[in-house]
Amino acid sequence: MTIEKLIFYFFATVLVFAAVRVITARNPVHAALFLVLAFFSAAATWLLLQAEFLAIVLVLVYVGAVMVLFLFVVMMLDINIAKLREGFIRYLSVGILVGLLILVEMVLVVRTMTAPVLTAAPVSAVPNIEAIGQVLYSIYIYPFELAAVILLVAMVAAIALTMRSPRQHKYINPSLQVNVRRADRIRLVNLPAEPKD
Amino acid sequence: MVDTLIYLLIVIIKILIIMVPLMGAVAYLTLAERKVIGYMQIRIGPNRVGFYGWGQPLADAFKLMFKEIVIPQNSDYFLFFIAPMLCIAPALAAWAVIPFADGLVLSNINAGLLYILAMTSLGVYGIIIAGWASNSKYAFLGAMRSAAQIVAYEIAMGFALVGVLMAAGSLNLSEIVKAQNGSLIHWYWLPLFPLFLVYLISAVAETNRAPFDVAEGEAEIVAGFHVEYSGMLFAVFFLAEYANMILVAALASIMFLGGWLSPFQGTPLEATFAFVPGIFWFLAKTSFFLFWYLWIRATFPRYRYDQIMRLGWKVFIPITLVWIVLIGVAVLLKLPPWFV
Amino acid sequence: MSFNLLPIAPEIFLLTMACIILLVDAYLSDESRDLSYQLVQGTLLGTTSLLWLTFPTQKTFILSSLVVIDPMGALLKLFIVATVFVVFVYSRNYLKARNFFKGEYFVLGLLATLGMMTMVSAHNLLIIYLGLELLSLSLYAMVAMHRDSSQATEAAMKYFILGAIASGMLLYGMSILYGVTGSLDLSVIAQKTAQLDGNKTFFAFGLVFLMVGLAFKFGAVPFHMWVPDVYQGAPTSVTMFISTAPKLAAFAMLMRLLIEGLPAMQAEWQQMLVILSVLSMAVGNIIAIVQSNIKRMLAYSTISHVGFLLLGVLTATQTGYAAAMFYTIVYALMGLGGFGMIVLLSRAGFEAENVVDFKGLNERSPWYAFIMLILMLSMAGVPPMLGFWAKLSVLMEAVHTGYLWLALVGVILSVIGAYYYLRIIWMMYFEKPLDNEPIVTTPDMQVALSANGLIILGLGMFPQALMMACVGSIG
Repeated sequence: MTIEKLIFYFFATVLVFAAVRVITARNPVHAALFLVLAFFSAAATWLLLQAEFLAIVLVLVYVGAVMVLFLFVVMMLDINIAKLREGFIRYLSVGILVGLLILVEMVLVVRTMTAPVLTAAPVSAVPNIEAIGQVLYSIYIYPFELAAVILLVAMVAAIALTMRSPRQHKYINPSLQVNVRRADRIRLVNLPAEPKD
Repeated sequence: MVDTLIYLLIVIIKILIIMVPLMGAVAYLTLAERKVIGYMQIRIGPNRVGFYGWGQPLADAFKLMFKEIVIPQNSDYFLFFIAPMLCIAPALAAWAVIPFADGLVLSNINAGLLYILAMTSLGVYGIIIAGWASNSKYAFLGAMRSAAQIVAYEIAMGFALVGVLMAAGSLNLSEIVKAQNGSLIHWYWLPLFPLFLVYLISAVAETNRAPFDVAEGEAEIVAGFHVEYSGMLFAVFFLAEYANMILVAALASIMFLGGWLSPFQGTPLEATFAFVPGIFWFLAKTSFFLFWYLWIRATFPRYRYDQIMRLGWKVFIPITLVWIVLIGVAVLLKLPPWFV
Repeated sequence: MSFNLLPIAPEIFLLTMACIILLVDAYLSDESRDLSYQLVQGTLLGTTSLLWLTFPTQKTFILSSLVVIDPMGALLKLFIVATVFVVFVYSRNYLKARNFFKGEYFVLGLLATLGMMTMVSAHNLLIIYLGLELLSLSLYAMVAMHRDSSQATEAAMKYFILGAIASGMLLYGMSILYGVTGSLDLSVIAQKTAQLDGNKTFFAFGLVFLMVGLAFKFGAVPFHMWVPDVYQGAPTSVTMFISTAPKLAAFAMLMRLLIEGLPAMQAEWQQMLVILSVLSMAVGNIIAIVQSNIKRMLAYSTISHVGFLLLGVLTATQTGYAAAMFYTIVYALMGLGGFGMIVLLSRAGFEAENVVDFKGLNERSPWYAFIMLILMLSMAGVPPMLGFWAKLSVLMEAVHTGYLWLALVGVILSVIGAYYYLRIIWMMYFEKPLDNEPIVTTPDMQVALSANGLIILGLGMFPQALMMACVGSIG
């Protein structure tokens, strides 16, 4: 057992454990945090494959940004878990039945087949990031651009679906607020003293 | 097997060689902060413990260590304890790739810059988890503010660093420093000036320091995310904050001020100062940024929350995007003296 | 590295214009929003002319063979763009009356069109998937765009969740194919499948998931559950969009995946298609009879049309594919008209959603009743309408390839199906109107809808040209 294998099994175990806990944790915040742990362990196993770019980007994008926003939302929700679980027992038997059926079918099919063995491509001499960049901007430029368009759609859709017209908000224009002058707010009135009756 | 163990032992020793002075620096940075701000506000600052107050950090440490750790009712016990560790671990882990001088680096990896970005982006977890696990409204508000703020400024900071990596053509921090070799005007602060400013300001926001410290916001939400923490757990948050400050200062000097390179390169004084080791310049530049941090804390009032958001999304991100395009053009044209 | 971008110039133009419109629209006031609409329609016209100018005569692979440019793809793209154009013409007033005449709506429509065009000319699993997601994401958002309608929101949610499951299935199938062949390229996959003569289990395993994903996207039974709910819940303008152009793209996806990617698995996918086809025809036609909501009825009608379309594909002959393609195009034309009529009869605060809303249409407007008559007869497959030729060609192909029983089933079911189309005709001509409000419409809509109906009648008289175009493009 080399040290790499030891590390691999450690992170793989953590990954599987965390993934299971994501769906079994009762508290949604805990579930989200387990998902973070799962991403992190997955990144670690990628590092062992010398895919450092993918590993670090997984941490940077998913753990560092996506999950933070996710947690942000989940923490603010006041989810009644008991209510969510109401239908759980009722549908559990059906779910298990269907799941078992699919499992049995899949096992029956997969049992009979011999998978062609594919060997992994050798690690190239070029650094990981450079290698990815080279294919991303040459061979795969078209799907790369398409993925960007998909993100644009997501952005447009998110804004179009959630932004209400500003007329419904009361909001402050800071520059107007700062530039306010005394004359705008105070009116000096000259009240002559009234004669005494 | 034995080889592996020896290798591990050497690595651990190296880590300690970085960590121990770092912790000392953190301790004395707190003292420096109080002294500097004190003088700026025409006070003296702590001067009772030891020689002119030099024992103050030690006294603080002892006090916090022996203080009781109070755990709020209905808090999430496990998360409450783990939050400070999540805060400090990435702050320390990021130091693995910082080059102190030519070749003086724990791990000289190719993806160094990405690694740094990934690590600094993790620090926010400690803050949000602390805020949520405390089961306190103030703490939670602080955590929410911090999460939104850090995500916003991380993008600007990331883009600023993208400019650096485009200019240097490498993600390796040592390579980035070497790419700035030449003279003072070869350093990236000049060609990347807007990014330099954006980075400096975003770094303040990323570390939740004044004037971007709404996550703590003493005036409105008491102490923000760590309001329920006491004793050593609080001290860990404190350590993490200052370790992060030193980290971003060190990064600023690597990315924009030529790291360990001498400022007298390319001038007649170069030979005169050749005896000074590179690490001295690096530490001097880092200290300069640290002083700058203390300085702005003493000078600026706190930003309002919506203004922070506006600055991050509507000012910094567009600036960085435009400048990245310009840098791309400059690199393609091989603009001298930086991009030849 | 140089790229030959000329063949995808229509796509590039479309994307560029979508971005420009997005920016322009942000600076428009609500009163001048018509400018975005005109720009969008101009873009679609521009794309059409670019497609026409770059119409290929033979099959070529470009961009590292990620994209295939062939006559079939170009023809489908032309029809997709044209369909979207007509959909937008029909939608304009509908959207204005419901206060969501927004630039984003049209931009999302344009980007969905881009997704469809990408799917049509994809020669790589990755591109197929990206095109599909681009299309689906835009559609989810368009369904949800009418924010004040809880029905639309519910429909969007259902569509999104079921669509995500379908995408997951498709992706799983694709990943199995990739795992077995080590390539995402459809030609390479086809080549590898042909080599592994005896051992096809793995491919079949992946094929099952691919087929589930495809059937979901088509709305073929038993993966049709989302269709009626989404068609009913979505705003009619969006239902019109979903039910027409994407079917053309889905047809192309089916052709690329099964015929170009897995020709060696023909025996397997034929069987699956037989089941999907029979079930779709049966369920679609029979359940449609009991529907009182016309959008729901048209949804089931769509399902049955999908069954007929698959009938053409499962023959696995060149002429069969051409017949299926012909059917798809004809279906898109009829769907446009059908939903166009619903839009026409709706107005602010009133949706002509129920079958009974068509009662006495002849008294209110004989001309529109006549158009609707053409549409219904065509959907039912009555000669000499275009729909008849579509059904006939598909059934003939089935008979020629030995699927006599399937053809018989198809004929019987379409006779059953004729009932609910004829019921609407009966209501229009022989019953009193429930609603005597005058029909308000705009000239462009009038012209488009009339043309839509007359084309179906006219092409029904002379179906040869369109049929030849389909045969020519497949061959």
